[in-house]
Amino acid sequence: MNQAPSPNLADPAPSPHDALQTQDGRASAPLLTVRSAVYSYGSELALQGANLQLAPGEILAVTGPSGSGKSTLMLVAAGVLAPTAGQVIFNGRVISDDSEGERSRLRRTEFGVLFQFGQLVPELTAGENVALPLLLDGAKRQQARAAAGLWLERFGVADLIDVRPPDMSGGQSQRVAAARAMVTEPSVLFADEPTGALDTMSGEAVMREIVRVAREAGTGVMLITHDAKVAAYGDREVLVRDGTTNELSINLRNGDDR
Amino acid sequence: MSTGHVLMGLLANADRHGYDLKHEHDARFPASRPLAFGQVYAALERLGKKGFVGATEVENADGPNRTVYRLTDEGRRELDDWLRRTEEPSPFVANPFAVKTTLALLAADRDTAIDFMDRQRATHLERMRELTRRKLDPDSSLSNVLAADFALAHLDADVRWLESALERITHLEQEVQP
Repeated sequence: MNQAPSPNLADPAPSPHDALQTQDGRASAPLLTVRSAVYSYGSELALQGANLQLAPGEILAVTGPSGSGKSTLMLVAAGVLAPTAGQVIFNGRVISDDSEGERSRLRRTEFGVLFQFGQLVPELTAGENVALPLLLDGAKRQQARAAAGLWLERFGVADLIDVRPPDMSGGQSQRVAAARAMVTEPSVLFADEPTGALDTMSGEAVMREIVRVAREAGTGVMLITHDAKVAAYGDREVLVRDGTTNELSINLRNGDDR
Repeated sequence: MSTGHVLMGLLANADRHGYDLKHEHDARFPASRPLAFGQVYAALERLGKKGFVGATEVENADGPNRTVYRLTDEGRRELDDWLRRTEEPSPFVANPFAVKTTLALLAADRDTAIDFMDRQRATHLERMRELTRRKLDPDSSLSNVLAADFALAHLDADVRWLESALERITHLEQEVQP
C-alpha cells in the first residue's frame, strides 16, 4: 500500500488511466503512437524499446532524469530522428519509414514544437515571428498576419504584435513562441521544458494557456519535463528511465498489492 | 497555530457571533480542518479569561439571546504581536517514505524498494494533477488556489526526495545491507 500524500484537500478524483481516453472520458483512437522505439547516437543507446500513445486533446507528460532519453523520445516521436528499430504511427499511418522529405512536410503541417527558449527571430516582430511558419508554407501575407493576431490573442499577448523579442520579458516571448508553435493548428504540440526558463508565475501562465488551447483545439500535447509541478498539468505521465518507458497505473497496481 | 489567535484575527475588523466565526474560518481556510462549534466556544472562553475578547449579550427576537464577541485593546496588542512572530519551520523529521524505502531494502530487496518509490511517485503525481485541475478551474477562489499551491509545493518536495533517493539507491542498499 502506498502512503497517501498528506496535504489532503479533497476526495481523490477518478482519472483517466486508459491511454485512449481523453480527459472528458471519451474514447478516441490514438493520434500518435511510438512502439518499441530504439535509437542510438553512434554506439550509445539512447532509447531501448520506448512506447507511448497520445490521444487527441490529451496532454501527456513525459518525465525522467537528465540523460534518461526523454528528449530523444520526443525527437523520434516528432519525426526529427528516424528510430533504429520500432515504429512511430501518426493517425494510423507508420511515419517512421517515411523519407526525410515526407517527415519534414509532416512536421511543418501537423506538428508544432516549443522549446525551453522560444527561439524567436530577434529581428522580427511578434506578429512576423508567429506568421512565419504559415508564410514558409505558402500562405498569403494578409492571411498569415490575421492568423498570427488570433494566436497571439489566444495566448494573451495580442498587444505585443509589433514588439520585437529583445523588448519582451521571458514569459512574454515564451507565449509568443507558443503562439508560433500553434499557428499552423498542428495535431500535436511537442513542448520540451516549455517553462524551464521562466519564473513560477510566468511558467504557470504559459502552462495554463497550453492546457486551454489543447482542450479547445483538440491538440495532443507531448509535454517533456523533469519538473513534477509541470508534469501535473498533464492527464497522464510516462516515466523515461535508461531509455525505456514506464507508465504506472496506480489504481490497478494498488488493487493487487494487498 | 492556536485557534485563539486565528479567531482573534477574524474578529479584528468586525464583532461576530461564534457561529459566524466558525463559518468565516471554514470559508477562508478551505484546506484547514473545519472548526467544531465546541472548539470555537472553548477558545472564545479562554480568550475572554485572558481579557483578549469581550462578550455582549444581544437580544434576539426569534429566540434566545445571542453572544457577540469583540476584540479588546489588549487582544489587539496580542494579535499584533502574534502577526509579527514567525512560525517554527516544520521539522520534517518523520519521513514515511524514507522509513519504507529503508525497510524495503532491509526486509525485501532493491526491486521492491524501487517499485515502491515509483508507485509512490505515481500516487503523488495523481494528487498533484487533481490539485492542478482545481487551480485551473475558473470557479476556484483565490483561497483555494493558495491552498492548492501550498499542497503542490509540499508534494513536489516529496517527489524530489523520491527522485534523489532513487539516484542514491545503490549507496543506500550498501549502507542498509553491508
